[in-house]
Amino acid sequence: MFALDAQQLTKAYKGGFQALKGVDLQVEEGDFFALLGPNGAGKSTFIGIVSSLVRKTSGAVQVFGHDLDTDPEGVKSCIGLVPQEFNFNLFLPVLEVVLNQAGYYGIPRREARVRAERYLRQLDLWDRRGTEMRKLSGGLKRRLMIARALVHEPRLLILDEPTAGVDIEIRRSMWSFLRELNAKGTTIILTTHYLEEAESLCRNIAIINQGEIAERTSVAKLLGQLHTETFVLNLKGCVSELPELGGFVLQHLDDCTLEVEMNRDHTINGLFEALSRNGIEVISLRNKQNRLERLFLELVDRRAAGLEGRA
Amino acid sequence: MRRRLSDWHRYWVTFQTILTKEILRFSRIWVQTILPSVITTTLYFVIFGRLIGERIGTMDGFAYLDFIVPGLVLMGVITNSYANVVSSFYSSKFSRYIEELLISPAPNWVILAGYVSGGVARGLIVGTAVMLVALLFTEIQIHSALVTLVICIMTAVLFSLGGFINAIYANSFDDISIVPTFVLTPLTYLGGVFYSISLLPDFWQAVSLANPLLYMVNAFRYGLLGVSDIPIGVAFGMILIFILVLTAFSLLLLRRGVGIKT
Ligand SMILES: Nc1ncnc2c1ncn2[C@@H]1O[C@H](COP(=O)(O)OP(=O)(O)OP(=O)(O)O)[C@@H](O)[C@H]1O
Ligand SMILES: [Mg+2]
Repeated sequence: MFALDAQQLTKAYKGGFQALKGVDLQVEEGDFFALLGPNGAGKSTFIGIVSSLVRKTSGAVQVFGHDLDTDPEGVKSCIGLVPQEFNFNLFLPVLEVVLNQAGYYGIPRREARVRAERYLRQLDLWDRRGTEMRKLSGGLKRRLMIARALVHEPRLLILDEPTAGVDIEIRRSMWSFLRELNAKGTTIILTTHYLEEAESLCRNIAIINQGEIAERTSVAKLLGQLHTETFVLNLKGCVSELPELGGFVLQHLDDCTLEVEMNRDHTINGLFEALSRNGIEVISLRNKQNRLERLFLELVDRRAAGLEGRA
Repeated sequence: MRRRLSDWHRYWVTFQTILTKEILRFSRIWVQTILPSVITTTLYFVIFGRLIGERIGTMDGFAYLDFIVPGLVLMGVITNSYANVVSSFYSSKFSRYIEELLISPAPNWVILAGYVSGGVARGLIVGTAVMLVALLFTEIQIHSALVTLVICIMTAVLFSLGGFINAIYANSFDDISIVPTFVLTPLTYLGGVFYSISLLPDFWQAVSLANPLLYMVNAFRYGLLGVSDIPIGVAFGMILIFILVLTAFSLLLLRRGVGIKT
């Protein structure tokens, strides 16, 4: 059984804008899934339909076997949603926000209190339980959205850009929190514009572009598609003349920094040996660009070029 | 869809949660929600009852002050139940926290029942407060507590539904004050709060009968004083029909997601 199974989902907004053009997407139970795509691709629209905030124009959705059309309550009970935009009553204290959400899901007050405390503690918000929402910083609000989404212990957690505007430390702690949650069995779908996030968290991935799925694969496979990798090397001492190295393409960024593009069937060991032979010493190296980022841009570009070709 | 016992329990918890949230909301800001009606009606009692009322003499056989008590109480109930639902539901739309409910498995009728009950709660609290103020000025004996209470609740339900529909269509905070100012207040004033329609010429009596507020004010006056311009059964029937129509309409709007789903 799929955690999420969407078939031929379309959405035309009022005014006729076609935000989704027949999206088919399956997410396995237990998966950690990334939904990527440029701004306006339709990610939030897709999530909105699955979580009953947006009305679909056509198509079908099943969540853990519950059909959105015939058993919406069943679908909603399975899903926890962390939306892209804050949607809080800013005049309520933190604890009450979580308790109300629990109540809406039908969790009796006594049990709701236990759970609210558990999740607020896990997200480091328990000390703030009496604080009014409008006094929380953006990062804390993001974390509260996660606590609120977990209070009914959903089997599928959907997060729409959960780490937007969150500092590095909180982002890392969110990551480990989500990893743990996934390890304990919660299926997670997230959208993000930080590809590093998708690469580090997710197993499977779909790229959506202009309302269509452009790619649906595993993160490992996607990265495997890359034929070349580019590294930036910081040199000890500068070199003015670049040697010719077979299989590696060297370029100056400045006198003391090199860019190396290498084929996948060459190794970094090989690169260093060749450099040593030519008396070039390397202090440090980094990936020129997030690898996924490059693939992403390639896919989106290819797609855009294809569309133009057709038009 | 077949429902199990656990579903009904879940609905009950959801309903309680919405109602409690609503009661807390207006209690926290009681200076804006409860107090104004109490002050306005006290002024009405002082001015129309004490100062001017003495010169008016009796109406339908009652001292003028006693005659206006039911109308003023009901006016408090009407304005407050309407205002509560329209502003609470509209705020939840405006700040988008209505989404907390929309993503939850709460059926539409539970959401509606929760908000309407919140409006009824505020209506009844204000109604009771105004009644207590009235008792400082008059010594009316309640003719029928049952009729009084039932009419009061039914009226509160009806206007809570009205507030709900208004909130669904509202796109700005201005939109939530248009109906109260341009429809509700005139209809209440012309609904016989301050006079018996028997004082009007035939033509205006007939026109008044088209005003639904007239039926409520009179039924309520019957409950308190035992007099009415309208047969009490007709009044009950009218209110009930209005409630049913507005409930059906509200549920239809929720089902279509009008104003709350894109
Ligand atoms: N309520 C709406 N009415 C009309 N068009 C809309 C509405 N909501 C979204 N759209 C349009 O639908 C398209 C998809 O929007 P959506 O929010 O799903 O994109 P997204 O992939 O989530 O983008 P982002 O990364 O910026 O969040 C956009 O072109 C957007 O302008
Ligand atoms: Mg989005």
